Amino acid sequence: MVPRSRKPEELLPTGAPLTLVDADGRAVPSAGLAMPGDEALLALHRKMVLARRFDTQATALTRQGRLAVYPSARGQEAGEVGAVLALRPQDWLFPTYRDTMAVVCRGADPVEVLSLLRGDWHCGYDPYEYRVAPQCTPLATNTLHAVGVAHAAKLKGEDAVALVMLGDGATSEGDTHAALNFAAVWQAPVVFFVQNNGYAISVPLSKQTAAPSLAHKGVGYGVPGMLVDGNDAAAVYAAVRRAVASGAEGGGPTLIEALTYRIEAHTNADDATRYRDQAEVEGWLARDPLARIRKHLIARGLLDEPAVAALEAEAEAEAAALRQRINTGIAHDPADLFRHVYAEQTPDLRWQQQELSAELAAAADDPEVAR
Amino acid sequence: MTAIAERSPGPPVTAPEVTMATALNQALADALTEDETVLVFGEDVGPLGGVFRVTDGLAARFGDTRVFDTPLAESGIVGTAIGMAMNGLRPVVEMQFDAFAYPAFEQITSHLAKLRNRTRGRVALPVVIRIPYGGGIGGVEHHCDSSEAYYAHTAGLRVVTPATPGDAYMLLRQAIECPDPVIFLEPKRRYWSKQATVLDHAGTNPKTLDRAIVRRPGSDVTLIAYGGTLGTALEAADAAEEEGRSLEVIDLRSLSPFDDETVTASVRRTGRAIVVHEASRFCGYGAEVAARLSEQCFHYLEAPVLRVAGFDIPYPPPHLEEYHLPSVDRILDAVDRLQWQETSPAVRAGG
Repeated sequence: MVPRSRKPEELLPTGAPLTLVDADGRAVPSAGLAMPGDEALLALHRKMVLARRFDTQATALTRQGRLAVYPSARGQEAGEVGAVLALRPQDWLFPTYRDTMAVVCRGADPVEVLSLLRGDWHCGYDPYEYRVAPQCTPLATNTLHAVGVAHAAKLKGEDAVALVMLGDGATSEGDTHAALNFAAVWQAPVVFFVQNNGYAISVPLSKQTAAPSLAHKGVGYGVPGMLVDGNDAAAVYAAVRRAVASGAEGGGPTLIEALTYRIEAHTNADDATRYRDQAEVEGWLARDPLARIRKHLIARGLLDEPAVAALEAEAEAEAAALRQRINTGIAHDPADLFRHVYAEQTPDLRWQQQELSAELAAAADDPEVAR
Repeated sequence: MTAIAERSPGPPVTAPEVTMATALNQALADALTEDETVLVFGEDVGPLGGVFRVTDGLAARFGDTRVFDTPLAESGIVGTAIGMAMNGLRPVVEMQFDAFAYPAFEQITSHLAKLRNRTRGRVALPVVIRIPYGGGIGGVEHHCDSSEAYYAHTAGLRVVTPATPGDAYMLLRQAIECPDPVIFLEPKRRYWSKQATVLDHAGTNPKTLDRAIVRRPGSDVTLIAYGGTLGTALEAADAAEEEGRSLEVIDLRSLSPFDDETVTASVRRTGRAIVVHEASRFCGYGAEVAARLSEQCFHYLEAPVLRVAGFDIPYPPPHLEEYHLPSVDRILDAVDRLQWQETSPAVRAGG
């Protein structure tokens, strides 16, 4: 039941964000988190290179009209990759629309992942294959789904943790409140991973909350909060690993706030110059998460320039493959719109599908339309 | 006259009398017994047994991991039920009252109804949301809404409402077994209605979940009712019989999907139809029924399809609700307005 014995101070985050590797790539001593091993650090770097190239490619595809829309997470690679690599195969990921990099990092096929953003009606991938829920558009609603999946796992005796991604804006939604509360009361193994990127579309954090930090919100629910440097992949990875282990060991939920920045506008349809200065963006570009881990690895002799060049060539090849595959259009069958609304098609849907088919057949036979 | 239906209680002499609340309780108990993935949760459904006692005794019998109280947040209840269903369980959740389900509306309409489609059938959500609905019990504001049209308007949801204890049992069992999410609307004023019936759904056709039923055969007018208004419609039919008019009464049971076959067969035979519901008339469920009948039965109709419905007002307070709810007199008045004089004998004979 509810661990009322937990003292508030045990639940509070640190005042400064937990950092393992500083902006210059130097290891931070006594950081309060365990530095990931060499292999884990190299994997983080590698996946971040691939993720960034994927993200810039997706943004480019919107300009070519190949994607209807793409909410970029450039600048947030440490959070997107760090959180996902910290999960075990049996764990669940609940991403938002901005977390396409995370879904790809989890192993889903990039072309499938982009189905919805290409303008298709479904999420593309099989959620059960990767244990990744469909990317969620309504804010914060997926926090509750994560709590439900985690609680069910606990009831069934499964060793699985659910990590839900959300942004700073979503922490204002009622569902975030309900989810933290339900997770705490049930001691469900959930990691609430909040990427605070400074803006909810155009609204800055100062208009979103008066809390000392978003991680501080945990204490009111009895959920431990951790504040981490969201541009430090090592710190994100270590924090999420700790939260996953805690959940798996019966320690219940954890709330992690990762401080980061959205380099691109909200989506390609947004104009960020209307609400923030370029100087602010430049400041965050100087704190680039990928450059940081790379400097660290090179300084430690774990990585060299030829290895980086090889990795970037690999990323380039993946981007080229994505371009090529996505340039072949989707074969849309309008009849599919009626096929999965219910387990078994209702008479109304059967009739409506026939009506649309007849309309399309008539249009195909009409010389005016055909021409 | 064709298609005489199973009339409601045709009890064997030995059948015990049960209330709708007891029947629902038994359905939950039997589902919990037969399927270990079934869970029951919501507000006050544990030791208290629910404010209407529908879950009475279940927590004690099945333990507090299968029947439990949640924190007080309807969106949280439905949102977590979605996650549990994604992970292989079959949650049956209770919203305490109709109007208190609205905080869960986004979870119901944006996710519960759509995840199957969004995942091309890979994620099924067999969730049942039980909602006590409607008035007639002297409830205060926010406790008597008829919210069926909101849900019936949402693709991906099934909307079911029983009117008798026997149906309450059978339909709830079928709703729990159904792979689609089901909004299960329980007419509060029928909770204490009694019927001598054996609660059993073994061997019933799962398709019953989609089917309306003729509760009282008749030849002059089809009364289409559901949930709380079925009793009023049956009383009106009895009263009309004394005046020499034969009213057929249909209990829709499934509001979505709609059973065109049963309803149109009746209306094509009688040529006249009235829809009866408590919910407000404007954009109410009766509008859909009337539209379907005019599309599918136009040449059989001898009068416009009429609606006897609640007024377009917020649900009135206890001492005024009798003016709002469809009454026997109001139904009989509507019957009188079905253009009897204008019908030529030839048409009637041919109809």
